[in-house]
Amino acid sequence: MTFWAIQTLNGVSFGMLLFLLAAGLSLIFGLMKILNLAHGSYYLLGAYVALSVTAATGSFLVAAAAGTAAVVGLGIVMERVFLRRLPHDELPQALLTFGFLLIVGDVSLAIWGGTPQTLPKPALFEASLRFGPLVFPSYRLFVIGVGAVVGLALWLLQERTRLGAMLRAAIDDADIARATGINVSLLSTGVFAFGAGLAALGGIIGGPLLGVYPGADFEILLLAFVVVIVGGLGSLKGAFVGGLLVGLLDNFGKALFPQLALFTIFAPMAIILAVRPSGLFGAR
Amino acid sequence: MRAVLAGAVGVVLLAVVPLGLSSYQLGLLTKMLIFALFAMSLNLILGYAGLPSLGHAAYFGVGAYTVGLLAVKVVDNFWLDFGAGLLAAGVTSALFGLLALRARGAYLLMITLALAQVLWGIAFGWRWLTGGDDGLPGVPRPGAGLPWSLGGGLAFYYFVLLVFLGLTLALWVVVRSPFGRALVGIRESERRMEVLGYDTWRYKYVAFVLAGVVAGASGNLFVYYNGFVSPAYLSIVFSAMALIMVILGGAGTLLGPALGGAVIVLLENVISAHTERWLTVLGLIYVLVTLFAPAGIMGFVRARLRGRLA
Amino acid sequence: MSALSVETLSHDFGGLRALDTVGFNVAEGERLVILGPNGAGKTTLFNLITGLLRPTAGRITLFDRDITRLAPHRRARLGLGRTFQVTTLFPRLTVLDSVLLAVQGADRARFTLHRPRSAFPRLFARAERLLEAWSLVERRDVPTRELSYGEQRQLELVLALAAGPRVLLLDEPTAGLSPAETTAVARMIGRFPRDVTILLIEHDMDVALELAERLIVLHDGRIVASGPRDEIKRDPRVAEIYLGIDEA
Repeated sequence: MTFWAIQTLNGVSFGMLLFLLAAGLSLIFGLMKILNLAHGSYYLLGAYVALSVTAATGSFLVAAAAGTAAVVGLGIVMERVFLRRLPHDELPQALLTFGFLLIVGDVSLAIWGGTPQTLPKPALFEASLRFGPLVFPSYRLFVIGVGAVVGLALWLLQERTRLGAMLRAAIDDADIARATGINVSLLSTGVFAFGAGLAALGGIIGGPLLGVYPGADFEILLLAFVVVIVGGLGSLKGAFVGGLLVGLLDNFGKALFPQLALFTIFAPMAIILAVRPSGLFGAR
Repeated sequence: MRAVLAGAVGVVLLAVVPLGLSSYQLGLLTKMLIFALFAMSLNLILGYAGLPSLGHAAYFGVGAYTVGLLAVKVVDNFWLDFGAGLLAAGVTSALFGLLALRARGAYLLMITLALAQVLWGIAFGWRWLTGGDDGLPGVPRPGAGLPWSLGGGLAFYYFVLLVFLGLTLALWVVVRSPFGRALVGIRESERRMEVLGYDTWRYKYVAFVLAGVVAGASGNLFVYYNGFVSPAYLSIVFSAMALIMVILGGAGTLLGPALGGAVIVLLENVISAHTERWLTVLGLIYVLVTLFAPAGIMGFVRARLRGRLA
Repeated sequence: MSALSVETLSHDFGGLRALDTVGFNVAEGERLVILGPNGAGKTTLFNLITGLLRPTAGRITLFDRDITRLAPHRRARLGLGRTFQVTTLFPRLTVLDSVLLAVQGADRARFTLHRPRSAFPRLFARAERLLEAWSLVERRDVPTRELSYGEQRQLELVLALAAGPRVLLLDEPTAGLSPAETTAVARMIGRFPRDVTILLIEHDMDVALELAERLIVLHDGRIVASGPRDEIKRDPRVAEIYLGIDEA
């Protein structure tokens, strides 16, 4: 019983991290039709910058802000300076972002070295909570909380605000949206930066749980892909449900069948592809 | 006709130049041929059919591992091992193709990557079989039952050259066939092809499997070349290198990707000798090529030629 | 036996009923024009007939053969051809290459991969004949994306013909053309072989009335009027639909 409860908690908290990444990926693709492979870089860089800032200041909050700001800055530069110059073609855009994935990963290796590190938890969440026979690290609950709050905020933003309405209009038809006065260009940069920020946040709050190491960018990118394949690219609901599903499956898979390696996430991905190629909540 | 003549000259050069090279240079040229073949295999689906794949290393690696495992652990019989490598790569691409081709565009990119990563995870995780991250060493040069040994640098080079020329010829035939022309039509407008009576899925699938088999062949050659195989052969970095080789050389031209492959291998060799930051350079190449030379070297050459003739 | 028959065809897009129990027959060799304002469901009808969409309800038969569940390429092989409202051509391929592909689509050799295309002179012969018949010989080596819009619309028609269809669906072939180009295209369609059945979606009333033997008027997914040309020409409801749109 304890085993299942703890593994579920771990799976859900991991799923929340995946949600943060998948949401950003989905938002960017939904609006701009760009598959941003550098999303893994945002995750990694956010974590590494937070690592250095924590070492310098000792404050998790300052480190989180710094990490997010650095990555958002990178995202803005990537979108405005580089991606804009490309024609609206999926492959060149994806390849450009892939170039950045390679560059950021390798430069990070040069700056921070190859030894795996861990982000220290904020002092507030270092303790564990007891519920009868169960002992939960409070940090994991914090991660779940962050994920839930972000999810709720995104949903409200999308459904209940003018900004959300503009976003949905631009996703539906950018030309018509532009004609009605919506600044699609600014919206694009904003969405890109926001998606980057979400990924960085994922890296920062994931740092204490998963560690920070070279190759984490590829690993999380792969998982984000699986989430989006399962949940449907461009769907916030898909990112949330897909994130939880993949998080739980990956976690239980590693705990129960470690020998099966990545098969535990491969199987649902294959099933979705066979039955519903556009994902659970994807548009067709 | 001019193309055939140029081709003949190229073959002669490839046959004769190695005689004057140092063993190091010869090894490099051998590696260039192997990756030229790998790039050309990806070109069949990317350049001709317009199917972007971020997981082409899957078939390269499956070929390499099959040959390596058989040669080291079961029986060192070239014909059996090489054949098994091709078969394994073909079966893998046949299986993956069924899943991947249900998607297009961005989805296809993601799915091909994910599928290749699953294989990488197996190679990495099943240490008892593959040696995990340490890899599998000790793969001998092929003993093809010929009176000459293929172990030496020059003999091995000619072996690789033979395979390269044979498969390039096969690709050339396919690309000029009605099937190959249909692939290009599918790339340009799949919808138009459908209403013209083409079963576009069948074309894409067959191309996918063919590309997988040729990638497997290049993987076979590479494991013989290195005497070693590791999960890196299945990694996203290898898939990414194949991709940039195709784009840099010129997608959709027969030999452009071969040229791109040779250039990237050469660059990697030169740059890795001076710095550890090869991946940063590779990333920069990605950024620069997509921004400034999307049609690749061949595209650049053709534009220049058209400018001259106009 | 009619060439094409549509029975109680309906299609829903989510909550929107794009087509509502549409039914009609087309006789072999007939020229039927489908009229209607934007959003009436005309292109949806074509997409259903050619198989790019699956209907929510209803049946489609081609020469008495039920094609409702068939894939688009199978319908094409049974003799159904189509042009699109948005030009759907091969941007980087030359006119000749494009016509060759269209001709190849109807040929047994279409899947051959071990012999070069040049080993099938019959493909080239048929392509040449088409280029000559439709005055495209001089433009044969021009990449499609370098053709003028009018030439592209003509190429679209030639490609559809090249496969040798028995029933041809033309979706607004004169869309976006100048008056001179429109006349040229209308004349071209007038020259199509008489044994080919033609369904034409047209927005331009003049072209529609010139080419049609019979007309069907769609509005909000339903057939509101149907009959021979002269009858529809005098039908006040039709004028109301079109004039109503013009004034709005």
